[in-house]
Amino acid sequence: MNTIDELKRRLEALTPISIDIVDESALHARHPGARAGGGHYRLTIVSERFRGAGRVARHRMVFDAVGDLMQGRIHALPMNALTPEEAGKPTNKESR
Amino acid sequence: MNVQEFIREQVTTHPIVLFMKGTPQFPQCGFSAAVVQVLKQSGVTQVAAMNVLESDELRQGIKEYSNWPTIPQLYINGEFVGGCDIVKEMFENGELQQMLADAGVAGEA
Repeated sequence: MNTIDELKRRLEALTPISIDIVDESALHARHPGARAGGGHYRLTIVSERFRGAGRVARHRMVFDAVGDLMQGRIHALPMNALTPEEAGKPTNKESR
Repeated sequence: MNVQEFIREQVTTHPIVLFMKGTPQFPQCGFSAAVVQVLKQSGVTQVAAMNVLESDELRQGIKEYSNWPTIPQLYINGEFVGGCDIVKEMFENGELQQMLADAGVAGEA
């Protein structure tokens, strides 16, 4: 399974409404800080689970879900972890 | 002193500690460079910068210390603030400047 698919699979634990992952590895290839290898992926994830959680807590939720991918295949994972309201998306509960 | 004790001592004896790749003068990673830039723009003049590329033990140790898998990591008065995304967002909405002012570690930018 490629890294993006594996990442998406693990992030299902957060019951996301949407996940967007951009592979930015090429932008960072060969820079000295990345000498250990591993890809760079930019993540935007929208989930009800982030409601009431601060920024650090949201990132930790994502890192917990991603688990050991952060120790190897993923070198950097800049992210936006948003609630549906913050993302401007309709929530599951919303009714009109 | 083990590496966890070393880290604890650094973050509690310096008001602002940045664990980064490279140095503030020569950052070796775009994310580390971005945090250095944000701190400068916030009027911070004194940062205890720890280059994790000089020590694999420190590089692993800081990830364990904070239970946070990536670098850079910013600490203000012993408290883990966040990595690059969080620090940039806090700068953009003024929270970082407020936090630095509350901590008594920076003037207005």
